[in-house]
Amino acid sequence: MLLSLPALHLQTSEHHPLFQLPHGRLGPWCRPTGSPAPLSCEIGCGEGSWILVCRLLVPTQVSLLSMEEDIDTRKINNSFLRDHSYATEADIISTVEFNHTGELLATGDKGGRVVIFQREQESKNQVHRRGEYNVYSTFQSHEPEFDYLKSLEIEEKINKIRWLPQQNAAYFLLSTNDKTVKLWKVSERDKRPEGYNLKDEEGRLRDPSTITTLRVPVLRPMDLMVEATPRRVFANAHTYHINSISVNSDYETYMSADDLRINLWNFEITNQSFNIVDIKPANMEELTEVITAAEFHPHHCNTFVYSSSKGTIRLCDMRTSALCDRHTKFFEEPEDPSNRSFFSEIISSISDVKFSHSGRYIMTRDYLTVKVWDLNMENRPIETYQVHDYLRSKLCSLYENDCIFDKFECVWNGSDSVIMTGSYNNFFRMFDRNTKRDVTLEASRENSKPRAILKPRKVCVGGKRRKDEISVDSLDFSKKILHTAWHPSENIIAVAATNNLYIFQDKVN
Amino acid sequence: MFARGLKRKCDTEEEVDGPVAGFRAVPSYDLQRQSLLDMSLVKLQLCHMLVEPNLCRSVLIANTVRQIQQEMSQDGTWRVAAPQGVGPAPPHDRLVSTDILCRSAQERSRPGPGGDSSFPKGFEDGPAPDMTSDLTSSMPAPAPRHAPSSVWDLDSSRESRGSFQKSLDQIFETLDSKSPGSMEDLLSDVDSSYYDLDAVLTGMMGGARAGPCDTLEGLAPLTAAPPGPSCKADLGELDHIVEILVET
Repeated sequence: MLLSLPALHLQTSEHHPLFQLPHGRLGPWCRPTGSPAPLSCEIGCGEGSWILVCRLLVPTQVSLLSMEEDIDTRKINNSFLRDHSYATEADIISTVEFNHTGELLATGDKGGRVVIFQREQESKNQVHRRGEYNVYSTFQSHEPEFDYLKSLEIEEKINKIRWLPQQNAAYFLLSTNDKTVKLWKVSERDKRPEGYNLKDEEGRLRDPSTITTLRVPVLRPMDLMVEATPRRVFANAHTYHINSISVNSDYETYMSADDLRINLWNFEITNQSFNIVDIKPANMEELTEVITAAEFHPHHCNTFVYSSSKGTIRLCDMRTSALCDRHTKFFEEPEDPSNRSFFSEIISSISDVKFSHSGRYIMTRDYLTVKVWDLNMENRPIETYQVHDYLRSKLCSLYENDCIFDKFECVWNGSDSVIMTGSYNNFFRMFDRNTKRDVTLEASRENSKPRAILKPRKVCVGGKRRKDEISVDSLDFSKKILHTAWHPSENIIAVAATNNLYIFQDKVN
Repeated sequence: MFARGLKRKCDTEEEVDGPVAGFRAVPSYDLQRQSLLDMSLVKLQLCHMLVEPNLCRSVLIANTVRQIQQEMSQDGTWRVAAPQGVGPAPPHDRLVSTDILCRSAQERSRPGPGGDSSFPKGFEDGPAPDMTSDLTSSMPAPAPRHAPSSVWDLDSSRESRGSFQKSLDQIFETLDSKSPGSMEDLLSDVDSSYYDLDAVLTGMMGGARAGPCDTLEGLAPLTAAPPGPSCKADLGELDHIVEILVET
């Protein structure tokens, strides 16, 4: 339904020599855009004009079957299709992450799969394709498990993916579900050794007496294969749900944070980790606060921050003690008495924390705002941006339908001058820190043609609704953009909207 | 949204402004607060039905309940929770609210001032119209995420549920004391929160009762009917609860 036949053919054409699915578990995932039709530029906001580059999506069983001539074969071959799969829960993208060069983009989904996209190689006759990403590798990172001791199901949903800086030809990434972190190696193979004469065609050893010469095998080129192999599994260290993983700038360690504890791991050691933060009270009845996110400083390997459900951020220095239960800095904004309500604490709960690339600032996302903190000022943020302030009067309903607990993430652009975060109704917001301008854009199939310039959206608050404005009451709260990513150096963004991944790029760029 | 600190009884909507404007049409602050409390308690109970609830969400809801209880204790709508020393506490003092919530069972079983340390009494002070139907209509009905088997045998889940147990116990202590003896025997090895939930839910489904006080008092007999001796089988019981929720 969503995939069309030509699209699939385009996918496997010679423009995409890297398109190989080594594991056979997943089908084609990605749909490049159709014919490019760049439109003329219109109003540009402080963040530039954004155009849709491509939309990549999870195929539904229906769409796969409808375009496949031999349905029966398809059914057998597609072991990746879950029994209940009708573009379901399992296809919902749960995390998005560019690697350090921006060449690769990884997504994880609720079905435990990781799909890696690679940026289209630039070529002179295909200038328009320069921002496109195509499937590079797909693999099943986590499987549903059952903990027999505790008698509980462990979901396969990928909570976070973090890339390691590239050290050689292979790529490494960490992926985690609620309990287990895995280190994956993603590598290419385009040659294979040929010319052995010790074995016959079927691989059986030949009778040595029949071998009269010893031939040296040679490496022959073959179709490119991308292999993903699990290199380390870091299990059994978290009692609660892992919400964050962060690779340290020493590249030797990383941390994993759950609701109440943070552990520090060495990449080489899977059977032990150091507990560096533990906020679990001796008596769980006294529990009033949980850890919601954590991240290492981008340059100082001894420093990390973690945020809490009470809207505070603690910066810890691992040099001071092995267990960082005493913070070095404590960032908290005094509550505005005029805005107090029963929901104050819930909406101040921090859902994401991110260091700027420079390491000077911290960005936090709570339910209604994004805040930028200077590491040198703990008593209030230096900038506060309203993401969807029109929801302030709807908090009761949002509490009732549980939307108030949605965990929106936030990202910096490459130069730390623009920040981006998601909202409802497939809207996402960008804030230019210099010009103080902001824009609301929409990631949706209906409203974005390939290469069309995204039209800024506006939500009208009370009173008269102007043309092109959408009223608060007609927002769709089931369409939420929780996960986004920004290319590390260019104005290319990836926006996950349920089972669709949209890639936009700056028109000016 | 309910602005805290603004003390209002009925008919004061005109004074409300700013962020509270959205609720102008709403008759009473106390009533709203009560229904928020009820909604939160139901959410909490549903959390506890999961083997591994979202801890962040559970904690935030529990803190909301604490806040409401604290405020109610301050303006006297929560009588049991306002003995000497608690009332005049500043609204920000979370320790006090925790204290109220987490008071141990022994303390609670001590006879309160005037001997009327029961929850429903507090209700009589507030406006009592049909908060039950209000809540019924607004109630979320999510099904448990995990297979519900052996939900209550889990140490880890007990651990995470612990913090809410006390407050709920406190709220429902009246129910416990009013349960007939046979019921006690029948449900003796059923987790109390479980039994309370059923009581609450069943009571709410009871529907068109005049006031919350009546509803709460009418709970015990209602509970007795559906569960029966099979309530040890958690699965059937959870199904039952979910069924009730879904049907509404």
